[in-house]
Amino acid sequence: MSKTMEPDLHEPSAISRPGNPREEWKHPSDHWMRGFILDNRAALGTLAVFVVMMTVFMIANPTVFTTWYLYRSVLTTLPVALFVVVPLVFVVTCGEIDLSFPATMGFASWVFALVVQAGYDPFLGIAAAIATGTLLGFLVGSLVVYGGLSSLIATLGMNFLLRGLIQIINEGRSTALTSLADSWAYKIFSSQLYGIPVQIFWAIGFVVLSALLYNRHRFGAQVKVVGDNPDSAQQMGIDVKRVRVKVFVFVGIGAAIAGTFSVMINFTWWPTAGDGYLLPVLASVFVGGTPTWGGVGTVVGGAIGAVTVSFIQTGVVAAGLSGFYVQFFNGLIIILSLLGHKWNQARYR
Amino acid sequence: MAERLIELRDISKSYGQVYALGGVNLSVDRGEVVGLIGDNGAGKSTLIKILSGVVKPTSGEILIRGQPVTGWSAARSRDAGIETVFQDRALAVQQTIVRNIFMGRELTGFFGWLKVNKEIEEASRLMREIGFTSKVFTPQSIVGQLSGGERQGVAIARAIYKQADLIILDEPTTALSLTETAKVFHFVRQVRASGRSILFIGHNIHHVFDIADRFVVLDRGKVALTADRSQVKSAEDLINFMEDVAHPGGLPGLRDAGDPEQRAR
Repeated sequence: MSKTMEPDLHEPSAISRPGNPREEWKHPSDHWMRGFILDNRAALGTLAVFVVMMTVFMIANPTVFTTWYLYRSVLTTLPVALFVVVPLVFVVTCGEIDLSFPATMGFASWVFALVVQAGYDPFLGIAAAIATGTLLGFLVGSLVVYGGLSSLIATLGMNFLLRGLIQIINEGRSTALTSLADSWAYKIFSSQLYGIPVQIFWAIGFVVLSALLYNRHRFGAQVKVVGDNPDSAQQMGIDVKRVRVKVFVFVGIGAAIAGTFSVMINFTWWPTAGDGYLLPVLASVFVGGTPTWGGVGTVVGGAIGAVTVSFIQTGVVAAGLSGFYVQFFNGLIIILSLLGHKWNQARYR
Repeated sequence: MAERLIELRDISKSYGQVYALGGVNLSVDRGEVVGLIGDNGAGKSTLIKILSGVVKPTSGEILIRGQPVTGWSAARSRDAGIETVFQDRALAVQQTIVRNIFMGRELTGFFGWLKVNKEIEEASRLMREIGFTSKVFTPQSIVGQLSGGERQGVAIARAIYKQADLIILDEPTTALSLTETAKVFHFVRQVRASGRSILFIGHNIHHVFDIADRFVVLDRGKVALTADRSQVKSAEDLINFMEDVAHPGGLPGLRDAGDPEQRAR
């Protein structure tokens, strides 16, 4: 074999050198920070977008943006979005989409409202809501996966169908749940701790747990592989259909928690509960840096995306612009983020 | 004589009236690289599918380590330690090397949490075993950043992790440059050195000649030639022979070597 054909590889003599693999493979230019930045470039990019946006807002109106009230209002509504944004990152990574979560939010929180109204403990209501969410997620997932339907269209259909059911039965009537205020469940899930809405702590816990699930658990590993190359995953013995159904179930659970939280904020269940979340939540996932093609994504990025999106509306108004500018800035942030992520992350084939 | 890993005796496969394979004899010994050469339509793919248990032969006998097997299936093939590496679609290219090696059989602790350090350790061991080491990547590099030859290395490392005794490489060097081909050869030699066997399928005769210990030429569903490396002087010999098969009239000396039973003596 001529010299030019020698492969650029170490000689097998390296075999007899055991030791810490992290040391063994160390690259001279490897610094932990470099690795950290490369591994989290999408999330860090999203964070940069958020920081720039907030800086612009603060320069525009320093007084409003240093008052705690503004942040408290965002911190109350943000958790609701986080509980659906994070599971949606899993769905998009898996190569699917779920547009049925607003109706699942409405349906599960309706069950919660019914249980509480019937005089049972709100904890029981929460359990019932989560069970409903799981069931609906399984239903939607099975329809898409075993029915072999396009998840984009099928989940859109399910969204209308479930919302329609709610509307038919309730005929537009809302349910007031004034008894909630005295309950333990309210204190634990919806009160304030040192002036900070307690929901945000639960949401942060959920994001952290999900990020671990995504990066350090078999579920996350299989979701990514299935989204990346389903044929290969199948060949390697992964039950691809089962994994796909599981991500929809995860969205169902997240939507149930989100719906319940939104009811607990308002002490009222409306038949439209969850409706307004469809587009902001979807935008958050993609602003967060999860690409549409599947296989990769970032849970933390998605969470920062949700923070960004929820600050746009408050920010635009607080910065002194009229409400008419909100839509424009929503779009601007989405487009700029997408351009940034396109430049920031390469797609491997 | 080394241990005989797998032996196919008089394997035929017909799809209706069409014969894909008509009485093929093929054997692979432990620690041997067998090169399977054949033109398109010679029956290579059918033979691979039979070996991996996806397709059942119409007639014939399969022996694993000398024992005849009944009820041959994909599961039986896997249990027997046969692993097929396809050139494309085998890897999830946006994932790390580690994730590809452990795809579908993640190393997990309680409750399904990944043993990340254990996986990296194990992946390093596997990669070292096939000489798949480099200064420019680590087990946590993304497969999409690797070259074509290196990707084959990931697939081979994965096959070894699955306890494969016989790795079938389906056209591993097609569409690869010389340097990349050299890398794949490097892995194949390391695998052989570890006592595993390889069935190397290709239609680039030069590639097969460079790497194989034994050559099997398939032609229209039959074994046209089985030859040890010592019996073939150069790749040109093989090419001449294959031309001869296509257009009959030469090289009688080689054709005598066609019977595997004779060769074994």
